[in-house]
Amino acid sequence: MPRLSIWFIRASLIYLLAGFTLGALMLAQDGVSYYPAIYRALPVHMEFLLVGWLVQLAMGMAFWMFPRFGWALPYSRGNQTLIWWSFFLLNTGVLLVASQLWLPLALLIGRTLEIGAVIIFVVGLWSRIKPHGAPA
Amino acid sequence: MPTLTRWFIRTSFICLVLAAMLALLMAILPMFNFGNAGNLSVIYIHLFVLGWLTELAFGVVYWMFPKYSAEKPRGHGALGWWTYALLNLGLLLRAIAEPSNASHPNSVSGWVLVLSALLQFLAGLFFVINSWSRVRGR
Repeated sequence: MPRLSIWFIRASLIYLLAGFTLGALMLAQDGVSYYPAIYRALPVHMEFLLVGWLVQLAMGMAFWMFPRFGWALPYSRGNQTLIWWSFFLLNTGVLLVASQLWLPLALLIGRTLEIGAVIIFVVGLWSRIKPHGAPA
Repeated sequence: MPTLTRWFIRTSFICLVLAAMLALLMAILPMFNFGNAGNLSVIYIHLFVLGWLTELAFGVVYWMFPKYSAEKPRGHGALGWWTYALLNLGLLLRAIAEPSNASHPNSVSGWVLVLSALLQFLAGLFFVINSWSRVRGR
């Protein structure tokens, strides 16, 4: 597994745990009221699990498993710098979206960064959607 | 494909079918004034995102990630099985108790929801613990 996928997937596991924790706290509040303000975390719960966990896991797996360029070492996974940018933008975006509870403008900036991240990711991976061993 | 992955993926397929059926039910109920479909939407979302997408991901991760060791290629199998059991039991309990608690709140369904929350949290925790050290170069 390449280093970039390790970062994507470990970050996704952290978001999974954070998202499950918030979800469990809200579900418990549904059952036995202990802190009604916990419902304010609903958008953060959704953001962590949909973008932080599922989208990011898929991105890490795709970067790892999509066909590479060349059959033997040193094979290439394309422009890694581009995908590193995607990783940083996506995670900054998720964290900013999560901070919308305190900074309303952060939602707009976070979503913009996420759009940038996914566009860069699509551009970076596009030419790897091909048969194994085929040129770009 | 390991046995646990087959269980994860088959269960995720069942959740997908149930989510699709629930979506249809939510479309039908308001037409005949049979009840409040809003109570079912949370169950629908969790069957879809947790039961289908997340459970499918759990099964594929357990199968395809780099081996933990020669003796334990997929890490601690018991932890994997606990993840499966806790996730699905938690999902089942909330699917039963959540609509009931929303329409007629009572202490029994309330505490079932608390139990469900705990089970689902532990499932996530066990999955992360078992997968973390397998996220590495081969």
